[in-house]
Amino acid sequence: MRKSTAQFINIGERTNVAGSAKFKKLIMNDDYTEAVSVARHQVEGGAQIIDINMDDAMLDAKYAMETFLKLIAAEPDISRVPIMIDSSKWDVIETGLKCVQGKAVVNSISLKEGEEPFIQQARKIMRYGAAVVVMAFDTNGQADSIDRKFEICKRSYDILVHKVGFPPEDIIFDPNIFAVATGIEEHDNYGVDFIEATRLIKTHLPFAKISGGVSNVSFSFRGNNPLREAMHSVFLYHAIRAGMDMGIVNAGQLTVYSEIPDELRDRVEDVILNRRSDATERLLDIAGDYQGTARQRKEDLTWREQTVAKRMEHALVKGVNDFIEADSEEARQQFERPIQVIEGPLMDGMNVVGDLFGAGEMFLPQVVKSARVMKQSVAYLQPFIEAEKSEGAKSKGKILMATVKGDVHDIGKNIVGVVLQCNNFEIVDMGVMVPWPDILQKAREENVDMIGLSGLITPSLDEMCTVAEEMERARLSIPLLIGGATTSRVHTAVKIAPNYSGPLVYVLDASRAVGVASTLMSQDLSAAFIKNTKTDYDDVRAKRLAKPKANRLISLEKARNNAEPLSYDPVAPTFTGTKVFDDYPLGELVDRIDWTPFFRTWELAGTYPAILTDDVVGDSATALFHDAQIMLKQIVAEKWLTAKGVIGLWPANSDGDDVVIYGDDSRSKEISRQYHLRQQVEKRTGRANDCLADFIAPKGTNDWVGGFAVTAGIGIDAHVKRFKAAHDDYNEILLKALADRLAEAFAERMHERVRTEFWGYADGEQLSNTALIKEKYLGIRPAPGYPACPDHSAKPELFRLLDATVQTGIELTSSYAMTPTAAVSGYYFAHPKAHYFGVGKIGEDQVTDYASRRGIDLSTAKRALRPNLAD
Amino acid sequence: MQIREDRIAVLTTLCQNRILVMDGAMGTMIQRYKLSETDFRGTRFKDRNNDLKGNNDLLSLTAPNVIKTIHNDFLDAGADILESNTFNSTRISMADYAMEDLAYELNVTGAKLARECADAFTDKTPDKPRFVAGSIGPMNKTLSVSPDVDNPGFREVSFDGVVAAYKEQVRGLIEGGVDLILIETIFDTLNAKAAIFATQDVFEDLGITLPIMLSCTVTDMSGRNLSGQTVEAFWYSVRHAKPFSVGLNCAFGAEHLRPHAKVLSEIADTRICVYPNAGLPNEMGEYDETPAMTSAHLADWAASGLLNITGGCCGTTPDHIRAIVDAVKGVPPRVIPKANHQMRLSGIDPITIIHSQISDAAEVAV
Repeated sequence: MRKSTAQFINIGERTNVAGSAKFKKLIMNDDYTEAVSVARHQVEGGAQIIDINMDDAMLDAKYAMETFLKLIAAEPDISRVPIMIDSSKWDVIETGLKCVQGKAVVNSISLKEGEEPFIQQARKIMRYGAAVVVMAFDTNGQADSIDRKFEICKRSYDILVHKVGFPPEDIIFDPNIFAVATGIEEHDNYGVDFIEATRLIKTHLPFAKISGGVSNVSFSFRGNNPLREAMHSVFLYHAIRAGMDMGIVNAGQLTVYSEIPDELRDRVEDVILNRRSDATERLLDIAGDYQGTARQRKEDLTWREQTVAKRMEHALVKGVNDFIEADSEEARQQFERPIQVIEGPLMDGMNVVGDLFGAGEMFLPQVVKSARVMKQSVAYLQPFIEAEKSEGAKSKGKILMATVKGDVHDIGKNIVGVVLQCNNFEIVDMGVMVPWPDILQKAREENVDMIGLSGLITPSLDEMCTVAEEMERARLSIPLLIGGATTSRVHTAVKIAPNYSGPLVYVLDASRAVGVASTLMSQDLSAAFIKNTKTDYDDVRAKRLAKPKANRLISLEKARNNAEPLSYDPVAPTFTGTKVFDDYPLGELVDRIDWTPFFRTWELAGTYPAILTDDVVGDSATALFHDAQIMLKQIVAEKWLTAKGVIGLWPANSDGDDVVIYGDDSRSKEISRQYHLRQQVEKRTGRANDCLADFIAPKGTNDWVGGFAVTAGIGIDAHVKRFKAAHDDYNEILLKALADRLAEAFAERMHERVRTEFWGYADGEQLSNTALIKEKYLGIRPAPGYPACPDHSAKPELFRLLDATVQTGIELTSSYAMTPTAAVSGYYFAHPKAHYFGVGKIGEDQVTDYASRRGIDLSTAKRALRPNLAD
Repeated sequence: MQIREDRIAVLTTLCQNRILVMDGAMGTMIQRYKLSETDFRGTRFKDRNNDLKGNNDLLSLTAPNVIKTIHNDFLDAGADILESNTFNSTRISMADYAMEDLAYELNVTGAKLARECADAFTDKTPDKPRFVAGSIGPMNKTLSVSPDVDNPGFREVSFDGVVAAYKEQVRGLIEGGVDLILIETIFDTLNAKAAIFATQDVFEDLGITLPIMLSCTVTDMSGRNLSGQTVEAFWYSVRHAKPFSVGLNCAFGAEHLRPHAKVLSEIADTRICVYPNAGLPNEMGEYDETPAMTSAHLADWAASGLLNITGGCCGTTPDHIRAIVDAVKGVPPRVIPKANHQMRLSGIDPITIIHSQISDAAEVAV
């Protein structure tokens, strides 16, 4: 099961006199001003609820609770989050409830004094309008075993829901987190008891939530914070996967699970999961090693004792930039001329990097880090070189690189550029959205040796053909390199090659780029390479064209008759129209990141999390992941990025292959129309020719369709600029890749909320056990430009309906690419049988039909649908 | 229709079929009478040694015919629901006039006046029954905000004191015969929570339940009330009242209220009731929006499916109400969205907590 865990709510624990000596002292001394700032720091540090506890024998808890709550009510940056009123005394709780205007949480009540007071307190809490934490506690004491925990929680749940009428979604169970590794054997299973009880409660008590005080688990290791943080992180890792929704934690001090050193994590895991009888001793054995230190052991700096050349090589290979300026200076003084530093140690080091990369012993993230070191050294040396008025280092060749007009994606292009620079090529990077006249002009001005074009979206394929055509017309004969996610060898051979008689090469990825560019610059090898490539492409094209055309396409009419027979029982959404999310909390998205594509961006093959321990790329992936985690924390904490989104849900009905969208529930006024395409490839018997419109009920049954546009890239430019200025390609690419992941996570999260909350058609899926375990969600969110609805030019209409540009700041380029690039848009279909498919090739009849439905001329339609046209 | 339970049942059915309309501004109408200090005092309070002019609720005792005429004018304009003249009738607010001990009587009498007028109209046109909402205002003292800038922890009133005052008011209103409890012009959510608490306490004591209407007032254009909550956070804070309706009133005219009404209409799984002012006051403190203007806005709201109940607040006259009744006639009421089981909490901002799924594959066995 690959679904990421749901959002975990951090409950701030520092405003607790029982848990924080500092806070207790402040309250004791009546220093409420400083105590209020403790609360503020927690909210700033990411606490989404703050727990407030004044239970202490030396304190008037009622007075302290009331005073503190009234003071923080006056602080909007604290009172924006809900309050958890934490006390073991009912009168303190009630005092607290009288001071909060928001919907708070009571922590806690239980059956420890029997049913009567429990029921009375629950009724009162309902009247005050609060949610409640219920401890797994009854007249026999606190529950420690799985069975007792579940049994008490179930009993509490039944009383609350059935006798008191308490809303089940407002119940949070705390099945007691107790200390493990205490040396007492009976305590060894406490971690497992909590985790498994959590699983049972979430399965059997619908809508109830799970919380707990996480720091209890590590109580035996008081004083050894690094170890405790590792224990908390491991515990949460497993408890959240069992369904834990929230926890009282110090949000600012959680170690990332995968960042914990292997040895420590294994031993902590043995303890938490009670995997071996000597787990405690084994953890104690190494506990001292982590005492009071940072999360990692001390860095090994022996490499600093080597010669400066060796040190520079080490810095380049390891990507360490801490000393590079000092080393560059030292090297400069050793050489006669500053340029010799570049030509000598720096190039030697980069050659080692190039060899290791070529041999598959280094991977892209490390190479990009190496490039950062190199660039910083060059930037340091540059003024000296200029002062000397000598020529710069001689490069292997000069390459112009550009993302074509209409496209804004540049992560891949930048990576290729960096790798080529590492290999001593000079790069003229023209950036994104570059029109062909500029490319041609620059190529001449700079007298470049070759041109590299990049693009990610399908319309860019066309634009590349245009650039090739214009290069031909301008009588250029320099090599043209083609790269980018949607490009392919076949496309290059079939569509681009006929436009350009000069050398043309498709480059699969960054690791091939150096080989291709070097070969093209080599006097000995280039002629043969160009000839072979041309022959190869001619061959590809010939084979392609020889294929019988449109052999398997059926007529549009036949395809329509073979639509999937569906019945419709639509669920009405909770609202119609649009809903804007102006500043979506990034923290909520971080846990939902799908990491596998992130590693693919860096050309690391494998699936997360297995990739972290992969024999070949594991170390590289782990290091990259580590850096990504650190940057993610910064992105969230320092708000580098702002996520904005808009969703829309509208009354709709299908009309043939169109989806008609109405202005209101009376369905009298059509405000928009989606024009969908139908598969025309001949299907096996029993398989339908799909069209997205089939997932919407025809007139007569009220149905709805949705749309969305989300971005996580607002504000990215300032940081990209900052990294560029620091010659820091590594962090620049890392940031862009993370922003892309956050945008995808945002789209995924929004879809989840639409399913369960805004449209709500999947609201009941949590009820059944099988649905829980086999978690499988209904409905799809296809994006214009992707296989089910391949026409990118449908985006402006979707954007108009959503008012997406105004609401989210996402703009569309002439080729319908979205900027910021970290953006996702698409449609929502809720039909239980809705599924993703590819439209594939379509016939002339459908293109003509499509053009007339949309009211556009045939040539426009053909241009928009070119990748789908039968050859 | 003499029995309250029957009236409430009829009200609920009516609400399914059409948009109901409340009355307009009591204060605006009273101003038109240009009443003097002597009028406010009547004979009963002629010897008081403090000023009573401006204590509009007192007119239920000293000038009942004025109040009844205003009620009748609004009923004649077609209002379905009258608000009793009890907006300030709590012990705490009445302290401004040293009339704390009159609080209970003001509520009983205020409710009775509205009841008499409404019943008379119902008798005349039984196919258009009229209802009375007991008006409960926000009080002149707030539980969430300190009046002393140098002492943010200070409060002029306590939660228990506010609850006690509201309980007295609710008891009076019920005795006077109201059909609904309307907690309105909420600018401090904690005061409203105290009013809800008091109302439910009284219901429990008396063994009856009346529908509760809640109406928040946003005090800035960004859509927050005086105590800082967004409309969504407000809704999460009061949703436990299981109100008959929730909505907005006062503050701005319909034009500026619309975005906030829309937000509420999207999230609230109960009826929406919005009754705006007749625009924003001009520099003379008067409201300029004509009946045609106000009703055009509300007609658009109704057509957009935002409304179950509407009406007017400051500056709206019987003519405004007549135009509004006309404007929403025949427009279907908003469809109430169904609730889902999300945990909703709030500070001054809302937060919805998504149910965490079990995400590893371990089998569950009991």
